[in-house]
Amino acid sequence: MNLLESLLLALDALRANKMRSFLTMLGVIIGVGAVIGLVSVGTGATHKVTAQVESLGSNVIMVTPSGGRGRDLRAEDAAMLADRVPGVAEAVPVTNQSALVVWMGHSTQTRVTGTNEALPAVDRSTVAAGRFLSSQDVSYRRQVAVLGSTTKEDLFGLRDAVGETVRINGYPFTVIGVLAKQGEGGLFSSNSDDRVIIPFSTAERVFGSTRIGNIYVLTAPGTSVDLTVNHIKRIFELRFNSDQAVTVYSQQQILATVSSITGTLTALLGAIAGVSLLVGGIGIMNIMLVSVTERTREIGVRKAVGAKNRQILAQFLVESTLTSVIGGLIGIALGEVGSQVMSRVGGIPSIVTWQWVLLAFGFAAAVGLFFGIYPAMRAARLDPIEALRHD
Amino acid sequence: MGAGILIELRGIVKTYGQAGLAVPALRGVDLRVAEGELLSLMGPSGSGKSTLLNIVGCLDRPSQGVYLFEGRDVSSLSSNELAETRNRKMGFVFQNFNLLPRSTALANVELPLIYRGLGPARRQKMAREALAVVGMSHRLHHRPSQLSGGEQQRVAIARALAGNPKLILADEPTGNLDTRTGEEIMSIFQRINAELGVTVLQVTHDPQRSRQTRRIVQLRDGQIVGDAPVPDELFVRAGGALPAAAGGSTR
Repeated sequence: MNLLESLLLALDALRANKMRSFLTMLGVIIGVGAVIGLVSVGTGATHKVTAQVESLGSNVIMVTPSGGRGRDLRAEDAAMLADRVPGVAEAVPVTNQSALVVWMGHSTQTRVTGTNEALPAVDRSTVAAGRFLSSQDVSYRRQVAVLGSTTKEDLFGLRDAVGETVRINGYPFTVIGVLAKQGEGGLFSSNSDDRVIIPFSTAERVFGSTRIGNIYVLTAPGTSVDLTVNHIKRIFELRFNSDQAVTVYSQQQILATVSSITGTLTALLGAIAGVSLLVGGIGIMNIMLVSVTERTREIGVRKAVGAKNRQILAQFLVESTLTSVIGGLIGIALGEVGSQVMSRVGGIPSIVTWQWVLLAFGFAAAVGLFFGIYPAMRAARLDPIEALRHD
Repeated sequence: MGAGILIELRGIVKTYGQAGLAVPALRGVDLRVAEGELLSLMGPSGSGKSTLLNIVGCLDRPSQGVYLFEGRDVSSLSSNELAETRNRKMGFVFQNFNLLPRSTALANVELPLIYRGLGPARRQKMAREALAVVGMSHRLHHRPSQLSGGEQQRVAIARALAGNPKLILADEPTGNLDTRTGEEIMSIFQRINAELGVTVLQVTHDPQRSRQTRRIVQLRDGQIVGDAPVPDELFVRAGGALPAAAGGSTR
């Protein structure tokens, strides 16, 4: 009996008990589907975050307050870093507030970012029309604004915005520029096109707070990023009397942290899904044992007409492996569909990698083979006389 | 005749259970069967008929004694070698037919040929020929549940016959059939014995059926107590000429 015939025979046996075969496969289907779905979403999320961090540039250092009383960062801190730390080319304070922006009866609730003229060097935004903030805008606390492309469309549609006056929390601001479209994957949120950029000095007045969210530091070419990180850490350690007050990360460190967290998460998800595959395998063994008992007479007949033990063994092994392989294929399809749905609904990008597909499929097939061994050996060892007498 | 000895049993003993608690089923059986014989094994239940049939059919090994099949000692073969011998030299017919319920008549008859490693074309040809011999060519693609008892038994005989065996072993082959259908089955055995020269050994407890064979071996308490040819004047030619296309009757 060649392999094709064994497969047809096994397929026939599975078809004879369709419902039972499907329920047996279900464990494997869920297991493989879970592995592929979860790992795909995990991989997709990793890629997204990594891409965002990478878009920062390798010479960017992020300074973030850890929270806590009296440990706020202020715009002066950015200026101080630029002055005192050697190797710092730019220090960009960033503070974000949500505000209502109005123009001629059109309004939009959006994110207002207070910063200085060096922001484009950090987040790689470019101006499509007009100009970006200047250092004079910052030092003279001018009420000027640069609009993100989405915000501009929301308020002005196709009309020209530069030179118009918008109101932010009631204060009038002159639009001096519009940013080019950046699309998804901006650092500061999922959509870096829906925002308004104003000088941080003006933002302090409009929002009544001198507290800022964080500081982005750009190191000069040829300086060691790690040395600069340490230097900045030391300064804030002395200033707040604690090494916990602010966190200072270089892009490399963020990348390393992100990839280690997401890597662990992905492996964990994979392992949990793998356990369900194992449970599916036990289900296969269970049903194969029932099947061997039910088909004792058939086994007896086959042996009487000359089937060797290993031929009976092979028959049941092929059957259990086929069960898990079919389940695996359905699971792959389900996992792909599931990850698509999750990415559509949840907004998480999903990336199905063929390595994981192969791994999950191979594991499923191995589970079917492994858990088929015991029932198949039971079948192969049956005494033909006893088996023929069985009813 | 010039026919050789097909089966030679010398001092066959079979005991079941462990030493000490051993239950003897056969206590020293000597038997010689020549090629081309048609014989019956009779005896009350518990006489050891089935045990003897299993040993002759290479489904079981004797505890003691020597079994020569075609002059070759098969009493100490491995289970693989026994399977091989069953596959190439023997065919089994059971009281309850024992067809695979999900397979067609043709597929059932092909079964021993599959394990012989023959290709599909070859198998089908041989299986169709065997089904033609038992008059079942018109039911190739029916499943056992769609066949009458007599038809099922004829398919089973075709399965036993398909691999051109030396020996067909039939365990109460008419036990589950009505008299008329039983006659049909016996006439098939008589015909394949006479025309194809296949040795046929049937186990029965029905004296009428035993007189449809040429020799009767009596077994009692695990020993042979009688062994005689059936005289020509007592031999019964089985009636029930093969209904060529009509289905056999059911009980």
